[in-house]
Amino acid sequence: MTPTSPTLTRRAALGGLGAALAMPALRPAFGQGAPIKVGVLHSLSGTMAISETALRDTVLMMVDWVNAKGGVMGRKVEAVVVDPASNWPLFAEKARELLQVHKVDVTFGCWTSVSRKSVLPVFEELNGMLFYPVQYEGEEESKNIFYTGAAPNQQAIPAVEYLMSKDGGEAKRIALLGTDYVYPRTTNRILRGFLKSKGIGDADIMEEYTPFGHSDWQGIVARVKRFASEGKKTAIVSTINGDANVPFYRELGNQGIKAEDIPCVAFSVGEEELAGIDTKPLVGHLAAWNYFMSIKGAPNEEFLKLWQGYIKNPKRVTNDPMEATYTGFRMWTQAVEKAKSTKVDDVRAAMIGQKLMAPCGYEEEMLPNHHLSKPVLIGEVQADGQFNIVWKTPNAVKAENWSPFIPENANRRR
Amino acid sequence: MKNLSLALGLLLWLALPARAQDAFTAALPGLAGGFGDIAASVEQLGALGDPRGLPVLRALQAGQLQKTADGRLLLPGNTDAATGQPADGAGAEAVRLNNRVRQALRGALGRLQLVSPDAAERGAAAEAIFRSRSAEDVPILQAAIAREPDAGVKARMVLALAAAQLVAPNEEAKRDAIARLGAAGTVEARALLIEARAANPSLVTAIDVSIASIERSLSIRRAAETLFQGLSLGSVLLLAALGLAVTFGVMGVINMAHGEFVMLGAYATFVVQEACRGIPWLAPWSLPLSVPAAFLVAAAAGAVLERGLIRHLYGRPLETLLMTFGVGMILQQGVRTIFGAQNREVTSPAWMQGTLMLPGGIAVTQNRLWIIVFGIAVLLLVIAAIRFTRFGLEMRAVVQNRRIAATMGIRTGRVDALTFAFGSGIAGMAGVALSQIDNVSPNLGTGYIIDSFMVVVFGGVGSLAGTLVGALTLGVVNKVLEPYAGAVLAKVFVLVAIMLFIQRRPRGLFALKGRAAES
Repeated sequence: MTPTSPTLTRRAALGGLGAALAMPALRPAFGQGAPIKVGVLHSLSGTMAISETALRDTVLMMVDWVNAKGGVMGRKVEAVVVDPASNWPLFAEKARELLQVHKVDVTFGCWTSVSRKSVLPVFEELNGMLFYPVQYEGEEESKNIFYTGAAPNQQAIPAVEYLMSKDGGEAKRIALLGTDYVYPRTTNRILRGFLKSKGIGDADIMEEYTPFGHSDWQGIVARVKRFASEGKKTAIVSTINGDANVPFYRELGNQGIKAEDIPCVAFSVGEEELAGIDTKPLVGHLAAWNYFMSIKGAPNEEFLKLWQGYIKNPKRVTNDPMEATYTGFRMWTQAVEKAKSTKVDDVRAAMIGQKLMAPCGYEEEMLPNHHLSKPVLIGEVQADGQFNIVWKTPNAVKAENWSPFIPENANRRR
Repeated sequence: MKNLSLALGLLLWLALPARAQDAFTAALPGLAGGFGDIAASVEQLGALGDPRGLPVLRALQAGQLQKTADGRLLLPGNTDAATGQPADGAGAEAVRLNNRVRQALRGALGRLQLVSPDAAERGAAAEAIFRSRSAEDVPILQAAIAREPDAGVKARMVLALAAAQLVAPNEEAKRDAIARLGAAGTVEARALLIEARAANPSLVTAIDVSIASIERSLSIRRAAETLFQGLSLGSVLLLAALGLAVTFGVMGVINMAHGEFVMLGAYATFVVQEACRGIPWLAPWSLPLSVPAAFLVAAAAGAVLERGLIRHLYGRPLETLLMTFGVGMILQQGVRTIFGAQNREVTSPAWMQGTLMLPGGIAVTQNRLWIIVFGIAVLLLVIAAIRFTRFGLEMRAVVQNRRIAATMGIRTGRVDALTFAFGSGIAGMAGVALSQIDNVSPNLGTGYIIDSFMVVVFGGVGSLAGTLVGALTLGVVNKVLEPYAGAVLAKVFVLVAIMLFIQRRPRGLFALKGRAAES
């Protein structure tokens, strides 16, 4: 996901300011050997701070957790936090700083696709290791990156299939609304290919993009209403990102679009984003993820207890990218223990095939394409801002980072 | 043989009431099953017309119907839905809904509520049947229409009847229905007609006539709605730019932290709302109360900024620009540290939610309507303050000629501080309005700073009338262009148009004349 904002340069100057904010709690009594260093590359200021600060906290929580258990291979783990300030070129500089100055063994970071694309050459050049925890548009594979979020076939396509099913309301027309950048455009391109394969033609697809942070949705919502009044059941697929979601959902509520008439499924709206909205008018609208906070079961309870204990707030919510960070971190500790080394090449080999009973309640496995197998869950917004799971895949789905619905991928290995 | 079948028929007829009762209890267990079972039994309950179904369905809709581990269903207050007896509710959990169930529920409740003593409920029921419509609804609706006393509710029932007749087999009734739906002229009626068009080849011409008549009334309505959307966007721009029209337009200070004052106003709204939450009679009034609070908070911040920093930089626009830029970042990060990076929820009071239907079927959203009213009120307030108060007089005097004003005994430094505080306070009031449509987050203001400068420069620096006309023009042009060009390109077009306009008229729409403008 790659939002852009006209005011980024303004925050660039804040650069390292936030970095000093957080240093991990140290615990004594570890075996010999220098500490293992974990880099944290998440924006703590600027437009993406809203989403990324929780991921920084998740990594710090996991560092505490592993140190409380006696570290990895008996060595203490130490976090190095830097602040790339929602500034994409600064991401590359900070990645270089982590790898060359701090000599970190592994890095957890990035949210937007553009930030990932910006650090990718750095990690490849210096042979680092990055864990990327957010669902994304696919069409990428690097030996230096492990993708612990969903690929399109683990989120977007099953969600649209659900909308077209009996339980989802048998939608025959789809409005694709998104923020104007690479993630929504690529996802919608894949979805268009998929819809065509299901017999839904261009006349029954509406596609609209808005600038990042768009706040006036009156016209677009009114047009969706009109589009929906042409005799076929309609659904909205939203790849709207970040700040624009709150005004969008407010407008849906105010114009009286009910989920039973025009359901809206979102790919970038989780528990954290709903925290800023009165969700009562939105009950029944949907989100597709691989994890929801409302999942029952011991792995999630353990995760929730850890998080709310760490953040000292029993009301703080968890979300999908946080779960992906947690899963990635635990798999990395397992891989280091298995490889008995923190060298990138050794850990990489040990990562493939790592399994973990993740908080989503399914066993996830790291595949040779550096993506995870994950379950797909569809949740309905509840009046309390949580999601009620209405549909899920019976098993974890293997990631296809190269989508078969993009014609250029026909010759690629999958 | 004949007698036997006759007797059997008689027996069946006698057993009918009992069977209906059985059917009610037989339909219930499905509610404890999967979503498909729930939807099916909801439909059954609606079709039965048994009044005992009503409390069950209502509880289901409200999320208060509970199921126990052994499949019994409990109404609120732990009464068994099947027997009506008190029951043990230990370990019961709520029956969940999905959109398919909600759809079925709407239709079923509609049928059962058609006999409700409450007119509003009957109206809602007619609306629900209009959406769920089936051929079986025709006799039920005809009976309901015959005994309906309320004309408004009756009209809605007649429309629902038309919708149901459209899917019933009677050709003659269908023609009637098509004409009535055409006369209704709503988007929903058009949707039904388009759907029916494919299924009824013999009626295509009649349907097309009706659709065309709906299209005509819709196009007028659409134009009115676009105009409203443009005015609404314009009023938001006006609110955001008014404070700047004072600080930049009157004082000439390029204040890049203007957006952050708007943001402070929005956070003040949040704080007032939280403070009022504990006091039930005050809670609905938290939003009006926020207006003075937001004004004071932002004005105080503005006064501190002017006295502390800006006054040392008068006549040095570049340094002012950079310095206020920095102040803006500090304010943002400060708010992020205090309130967190997450959005804060400011709820809308009930009178600001939903859609208002104007005569002619024009739909306007309530919150937008109130923001237009608020924008006009703030504009009048600013004009009145400048025209009719002592402070306004001194302010105009200082702007026109600082040295003569000083010799007349006006403390110019104090007036500067008050003027800047006034402009900042107006920005704070804009924040109250924006908290109703946008995120209350530390980044709130950054989205409006460019637009605000654009409005002030386009309208003419120093002219409040220019700010008003500029804001409304930009809003309407943006909304008229949007359907053709898309939201992104519409913005680009507007920017290009303003660049060309400024080339021709560098002083904007309403240029100040006279000596003051030359300096």
